[in-house]
Amino acid sequence: MVAVRGSITGRGPDWGRIGLHVGCLAVLLVMLYPLVWLVATSFKPADEVISSLQLLPSRIELGNYATALEGVGGVSVLRLIGNSLIISVGAVLGNVLSCSLAAYAFARLRFTLRGPLFALMLATIMLPQHAILIPQYIVFNQLGLVNTFWPLVLPKFLATDAFFVFLTVQFMRGIPKELDEAATLDGCGPFRTFFRIILPLSRPALITTAIFTFIWTWNDFFLQLIYLFEPEKFTITLALRSFVDTSSQSAYGPMFAMSVIALLPIVLFFMAFQRFLVQGMASSGVKG
Amino acid sequence: MNVEAPDQRLSEKPGVERPAGAPKTEGTRRKGKREGAAWVFLSPWLLGAAVLTLTPMLASLYLSFTEYDLFTAPKWVGLDNYVHMFTQDPRYWRSAVNTLVYVLVAVPLQLAFALAAALALNSIGRGKGFYRSAFYAPSLLGASMSIALVWRALFNDGGTVDDLLSSIGVNMGGWVNQPGWALLVVALLTIWQFGAPMVIFLAGLQQVPGELYEAAEVDGAGRLRRFRSVTLPMLSPVLFFNLVLQTIQAFQVFTPAFTVSGGRGGPADSTLFYTLYLYDRGFTASHMGYAAAMAWVLLVVIGIVTALLFRSSRSWVFYNDKG
Repeated sequence: MVAVRGSITGRGPDWGRIGLHVGCLAVLLVMLYPLVWLVATSFKPADEVISSLQLLPSRIELGNYATALEGVGGVSVLRLIGNSLIISVGAVLGNVLSCSLAAYAFARLRFTLRGPLFALMLATIMLPQHAILIPQYIVFNQLGLVNTFWPLVLPKFLATDAFFVFLTVQFMRGIPKELDEAATLDGCGPFRTFFRIILPLSRPALITTAIFTFIWTWNDFFLQLIYLFEPEKFTITLALRSFVDTSSQSAYGPMFAMSVIALLPIVLFFMAFQRFLVQGMASSGVKG
Repeated sequence: MNVEAPDQRLSEKPGVERPAGAPKTEGTRRKGKREGAAWVFLSPWLLGAAVLTLTPMLASLYLSFTEYDLFTAPKWVGLDNYVHMFTQDPRYWRSAVNTLVYVLVAVPLQLAFALAAALALNSIGRGKGFYRSAFYAPSLLGASMSIALVWRALFNDGGTVDDLLSSIGVNMGGWVNQPGWALLVVALLTIWQFGAPMVIFLAGLQQVPGELYEAAEVDGAGRLRRFRSVTLPMLSPVLFFNLVLQTIQAFQVFTPAFTVSGGRGGPADSTLFYTLYLYDRGFTASHMGYAAAMAWVLLVVIGIVTALLFRSSRSWVFYNDKG
């Protein structure tokens, strides 16, 4: 809404808009530099990683990736990625299922205590995870589940990520009420209505939940650090950290090769789903 | 961030508003059945809230009055943890101050960038989709350890940023190893991720009715005046939403501080963030009671800050409630 007049009246070039493009491109160049640097460094031979000021490697060194693929502490990268995948996919299934169930109750059904419970659900969005972390850890420890994937996946099946409940409630509110009413007239109970009508129509919210759960779980470090300690159970993030701890500066190249490997699934996810992502986020206010 | 129960107002999304004449009451015939069904749908969340949220919260409060190392039974020590924390633990205060400084630097700057970018993209026309995705990319990747490692390398002694500054005559000798600057490196990493609030600002800008601008223009309002009198008030709910969420998140920052500082909050505790110290006390030093006390103070502080933000919002957030 700024500087649109020039183009509408068609008088000469629209300098305001050209300036915006130039500005945006300049900012973008600076912003994307770290990402380009990461990829470039992962292909650099060892002697260029630190000393050379060139962004691009003089020759492509694939050895970094060969080293990275060997993994950490005798655990191959495939295993590490597999562990990350199990946790992330488990979390996605849990969140999509449990959050949509709760959201349906809040958005479409009437029951006593709905208002207070909804307020409670919203309040838990603001709750710092550290306030519940220690007792949760103690419980999982006593159940013998520390150093398994359960503490990272199980809570998702109980809709503990209230944010996604909220997001899905917001979305389901927008689905016309007449559809439920028609379904009720056709003899559908709440369960059939949910599975046949509301759930399919809520797909954008479910996709948003799935994408963010996947990316946040994949990137998460804190909980994995606390709950997993055997190298065989490590995720790619944890492995990256122990890789940094155990190797010297000379292993910079392999370290960044592994960083690229760790980011690859997220980039692929982003490219595949970014259309849904930006839409879903804009309509509900999710953060990255 | 409205805290009313669903259905008390119409959907915010344009184009899907319920027609005014649509019946609002469901048949009471099935009310009993629906009530039962509602609790079934709610049961996973209820179980989670009870077992994994509320009970641990209370347990955490109890533990904060104990000394507990996971192996022997918790020993009741009253207020000792809190007293020690506030009066005898300089590292605790260091972590609290670091976190506060970080919140005060990173959140406003991040939101300023997000708003500026959203305004630019909103009037850029072609290429908007491309810029939006590109600006957003750091928000997705930036939370990862990989990017934190890149950050550490770029800002290290001899890293690109350091070299760049040397070439214009500023010899820093690296940022991440200087107590005065390491915190800023972590803050920059957060600011860099302005894409997430930007997207929400963009969505908010699209809701501003064009007539308001036309009317303002007719009234002779200049560009700055239109921004101040139309855009900012109309955008204030979105600004508030972003402010609350980013602030709450910033108080809990962990991964970048952990990574940039090599896991210890250095140099000289300059990146010892609250959660990093909490992790250190609880899981490295096995003082679970102390860590629980820290967690409760964090909970209270976040609660107070959120309440203050909500209270202040009454005077600057403008809700254009049509329904």
